[in-house]
Amino acid sequence: MRNSFIAQNPSVLWFLMALAGFTLGVTLLSEATGIAFLSTSFVKTLGKTLCLCLIAVAMDVVWGYCGILSLGHFAFFGLGGYAIGMWLMYARTEVIVLESLAGQALPATPKEVSDAIGNQIFGVVGSSEFPWIWAFADSLFLQLLMVVLVPGLLALVFGWLAFRSRVTGVYLSILTQAMTLALSLYLFQNDSGLRGNNGLSGLQNIPGFEDTSQAVISIVFFWASALALGLGYLFFAWIVSGKMGSVIKGIRDNEARVRFLGYHVESYKLFVFTITAVVSAIAGALYYPQAGIINPGEIAPIASIYLAVWVAIGGRGRLYGAVIGAAFVSLLSSWFTGGGAPSVPLGFYTIQWTDWWLVLLGFSFVAVTLFFPKGIGGLFDRLVRKQA
Amino acid sequence: MLRRLLLALTLCVTPFASVQAQSLQDILQTHADEVLKPGRRSVGVVLDDLVASGLPQAVTFLEAWRDREIVQRDADGLFFKAIEADLIDLDTGDVIGVADNNDLTASRPNGGVRRAIGEALVQFQLSDPDITKRRAAVEAIARGMEASQLEPLQASIEGEMDPTLKATKIRLAGMLSARFGGTAETRIAAINDLAGDLSVDVRAVLNQVLTTTPSVATDLPDGRNIARVLTPGIDLAEDDAYSQLVAADLAPALIDADAVRAALIENITGDTVGGFPVSALNTDAARAQAYAALAEDGLVAPLITAEIKTTALASHLFFETYDEPNADITDAAKAALDAIESKVALSQAVDLGLDALSLASIYFLAAIGLAITFGVMGVINMAHGEFIMMGAYTGFVVQLFVPDYTLSILIALPLAFAVTFGAGVAMERLVIRHLYHRPLETLLATFGISIALQQLAKNIFGTQARPLTSPAWLDGALVFNDVIAISYIRIAIFVMALIFLGLILYVLNRTRLGLEVRAVTQNPGMAASMGINPDRINMLTFGLGSGIAGIAGVAIGLYAKVTSEMGADYIVQSFMTVVVGGVGNVWGTLAGASLIGFLQKGIEWLNPSNTLAAQTYMILFIILFIQFRPKGIVAQKGRAAAD
Repeated sequence: MRNSFIAQNPSVLWFLMALAGFTLGVTLLSEATGIAFLSTSFVKTLGKTLCLCLIAVAMDVVWGYCGILSLGHFAFFGLGGYAIGMWLMYARTEVIVLESLAGQALPATPKEVSDAIGNQIFGVVGSSEFPWIWAFADSLFLQLLMVVLVPGLLALVFGWLAFRSRVTGVYLSILTQAMTLALSLYLFQNDSGLRGNNGLSGLQNIPGFEDTSQAVISIVFFWASALALGLGYLFFAWIVSGKMGSVIKGIRDNEARVRFLGYHVESYKLFVFTITAVVSAIAGALYYPQAGIINPGEIAPIASIYLAVWVAIGGRGRLYGAVIGAAFVSLLSSWFTGGGAPSVPLGFYTIQWTDWWLVLLGFSFVAVTLFFPKGIGGLFDRLVRKQA
Repeated sequence: MLRRLLLALTLCVTPFASVQAQSLQDILQTHADEVLKPGRRSVGVVLDDLVASGLPQAVTFLEAWRDREIVQRDADGLFFKAIEADLIDLDTGDVIGVADNNDLTASRPNGGVRRAIGEALVQFQLSDPDITKRRAAVEAIARGMEASQLEPLQASIEGEMDPTLKATKIRLAGMLSARFGGTAETRIAAINDLAGDLSVDVRAVLNQVLTTTPSVATDLPDGRNIARVLTPGIDLAEDDAYSQLVAADLAPALIDADAVRAALIENITGDTVGGFPVSALNTDAARAQAYAALAEDGLVAPLITAEIKTTALASHLFFETYDEPNADITDAAKAALDAIESKVALSQAVDLGLDALSLASIYFLAAIGLAITFGVMGVINMAHGEFIMMGAYTGFVVQLFVPDYTLSILIALPLAFAVTFGAGVAMERLVIRHLYHRPLETLLATFGISIALQQLAKNIFGTQARPLTSPAWLDGALVFNDVIAISYIRIAIFVMALIFLGLILYVLNRTRLGLEVRAVTQNPGMAASMGINPDRINMLTFGLGSGIAGIAGVAIGLYAKVTSEMGADYIVQSFMTVVVGGVGNVWGTLAGASLIGFLQKGIEWLNPSNTLAAQTYMILFIILFIQFRPKGIVAQKGRAAAD
C-alpha cells in the first residue's frame, strides 16, 4: 500500500527527501554542533517557518483541495500555541516559585504554592486567581491533549453549524473571519483568563531543561517541526490521493453534483475542516515555544488572510506549493521588514523596504492572482510537462 | 452677625456716597489689633465694618489677608500689602516702597479666620458688579456646598439682574436648603422641589442627605433613623459582617491562614511545633492540628471555627442608620430620589436608543457601498475599508488647502466621491473584471489591494492620527435634559444616512441606470441581449459603491480620527451588516445596520465596562443568527437567489 502510494505520488518522496536533507544541513551548520554557521535565532526562524509551512499545507487541503476558503485557521494555530503555552508558563513559574519558597520556616502548603504561581502569572492583569481554563495546566499530558482537543472541538462545532446550514463560498470566508476576530477580541480582555493583551511569555524556557542551552533546544524544536511537517505532509498527501481525495476535490469543483451522487458532502467538509484545524493547532504548539511569546494579536483576522496569501502565491491544489509559498513569502517578508533588503535610491526619493514591502506584497499578490493563478507551484508543472 | 452682614450687602449693591469718604486704612486703623492678631471671634467686627464700607478695594484687602500678605509697619502702625519685596498701599494699589522685614509685622490669620474671610469674600463676590465674578462665586459654592453659604446666597438672589444666573442661584439655594435648611419643613419643601431635576448634582445632594452608617448591635436601638436591616449572607457577605463584629469589639478577631502560619513559626521549638515535626506541616490540615495543639497549651488564641462564626452572626443584628436623624426628611429625600431615578432610567433608555441609532447610521453608511458591490455584483471587495479611509484622507487634504471648515466639508464630500469613484472604476477595470467567475480570488486580490493601499497611506500620511475638523456649527450637542443628549455630528451622520438611503433607492428604482443595474443583477445574459452593456453597468455600479464609501469616510472621519487603519476597523462590521441584512437589498442593509447597531449598544449597556466583550458577543450572535437565517433578514427570493 505504502509503496504504491509513494509510487503514485513521486512528489511526496521528493519532498520528504528534500526536507530530510534540509534538516540535516541546518543541524550540521548550527551552533549546537560547533560549526555555528547559522545563529541560534536563525535556526529558530527556520523552525518557525517549518511550522508555518505545516499550517500552510493544512490550509491548502481545506482551500486548494476542498474549496473552503477559511479565513480563520490561524485561530486554531493560536489556540494550539496557547494550550502548550499554558503548561510552559505554569511549569516554569512553578519551578521559580518552589525555589523562592524553599527557604521559608514552614514548608509551603499546596495552596500557598498555587497562590504564589497565580500571583506571578496573573499579577499583570491585576488578579491572582487561577481561571477555570487553567485547571489542567499543571499536567503536560493533559495540556498536550488540549492542544488537539480544544481547537478540534471548536472547529467541529463551528464547522457543523456552518456546513449544516449550507453556508458556502464567501459567506463562509466571512464567517470564519468573524470567528477568529471574536476569539482575538475575547482574548484581548484582561479577564479572559489568558492574561489579556500581555499574552503568555517566556515560552522559550522549557521547564526541566533549564541547563540546556538555547542552541540545543532550538535544534530539538527544529527537528520536531521538521518531523511534524513531514508527517503532516505524508498524512495529507495520503488523504488527498485516495478515493476520499477525489470526493474532496469533487466538492471543490461542484458541490451539488457530488451531493447528488449520494455522498454526504457536509461530513466530508466537516472532516477536512476539523482535521486541518487540529494540524494547524499542532503547528502552533510547535511554533510558539520557538517564538517565545504569544498574544491575541497573533490570531487577528489579518494573520489568517496572510495564510491564504502564502498558499495562493505558492500554488493551490498542490501540497508542495503551499510549503514553497509559506517558506518563500514569510522568509522574504522577514528579510524585507527586518531591514535586510537594500534601499533603492530613485534620486528624488529613496525606497525604504520596511515601508514599501507591504505595497510590493499587495500588488504582487494581485498580479499572482490575475496572471499566475497556479502560483509558484505552477512553474513546476510546466517543467514536468516540458520533460514529458 | 450674618443678618447685619446681609443688610450691609444689600446696601453695597447700590453705591453709598457717605461711607465711601472713609478710606480702607481708616477702618483698619480702628481695628488695628484685630487685623494684626485676628481671632475666630474678633474677626467678625472687622469684616462687618469692611462690608458696610462698600469699598471696592476691600476685596483686594480680604484676598491679601486670607493669603497672609498683610503687614503692619511698626513705625507708624499702617497696614500694607507685601508681595515679595514690594510694599503696596491698600487704598491706591501703588507700590510705595521696599518691604523691610525688620520693620514689618505680618498678620497671620489662622485657618478658622481665613475661612471666615473666605466667606465674607463670597458675599462680596455674589453681589459683585462684574457678572463673571458673580458666576465664579456661584460655581465655587456649587463645588463645595457648606451650610454657611445658604443665607448669603439667598440674600443675593433678589438683587441679581441676570436672569440665567438668577435661575442658577435659585436652584443652588434650593439644593443648599435641602441639605442645610433651618427647619425640617423648609428642608422637606426644598427636597420636594428638587424631585423633578435629573441633574447629577441634585442626585448628589439627595444622596448626601441619605448617607448611612453601617452598625451592628444585639437589638435595634430606639430613636435612630434606621435605613434598613441587613441579613448576613444575603445583603451582606458573611466575612464582611464578621469583620464588622470584630471592629465593634463584639467578637474575637478571625485567625486566618497567614496568622496561623505566623503563630506556628513563632512557636517552633527545635524541629517541632506543638509536638508536630516542622517538615510535616505542608498541608492546611496538618497546620490546623499543630495550631490546635498550641492553643490547648494556651500559647495562642483558639481558632475561630465556622460554628462560632455562625453563632456570632446569628446573635447580632446588622443594619444601616441614616446620618440624618429626622425620618421625615430621609423619607422625602428617598421618595424624591426614587422619582428622579426612575426618570433617569427612562431617559437613559432613550439616550441609549439615540446612541444605537447613530451607531446604526454609521454602519449603514459604511456598509451601503459594500451592499451595492457585494449584493448587486456578487463581488467581495476587501478594499472597501480602504476606500472609506481614502475618503477620510481626501477630507483631511482638502482641509489643508481650505481653512474654512464649512466650505471644506462641502468641497470634500463630492471630491471624496470623485476620488473613490475613480479608484473603484480603476480597480474594476484592471482587476475585478478578470475575476468575475472566481469570487474567492476576487476576495484575495482585493485584499492584496487593501494591504497595499493601507501601507501607501501610512507612507504618505504617517502613522499618527490626522484630524478632520468639523465646522463650528456641528460642535456641541442637542441637549434634551441632563441625561439625553446627542452631538450634532451624530445627528448630521444620521441625516446623511437618511439622504443616502433615499438617494440609492431613487437611483435603483427610478432611473434608467437603476433599471439596467437590476436587469444585469438578475440575468446578465438576458440584459446583454436587450442592448444593455453589462461591462459598463458593472463598472458604474462598482464606482457608485466605492464613491459612497468615500463619502462615508468623510462622515466617519468627522467624529473618529483619520488613520491608515480606520478602514480595517469597519470592514468586518460592514460585511456582517450586509450578510445579516440580506444580500442585494438596500432595505436589508438598513435592517442589518439597525440590528447590529442596537445589539452592540444593548450589549454594551449590559456590560458597560467592557466594549471588547460586547463585540465578541455580537459576533457570536451573528454567527448563530446566520444559522437560522442563512440568507439574512431580507432574503432574496426567486432565481436571483439561486447561488
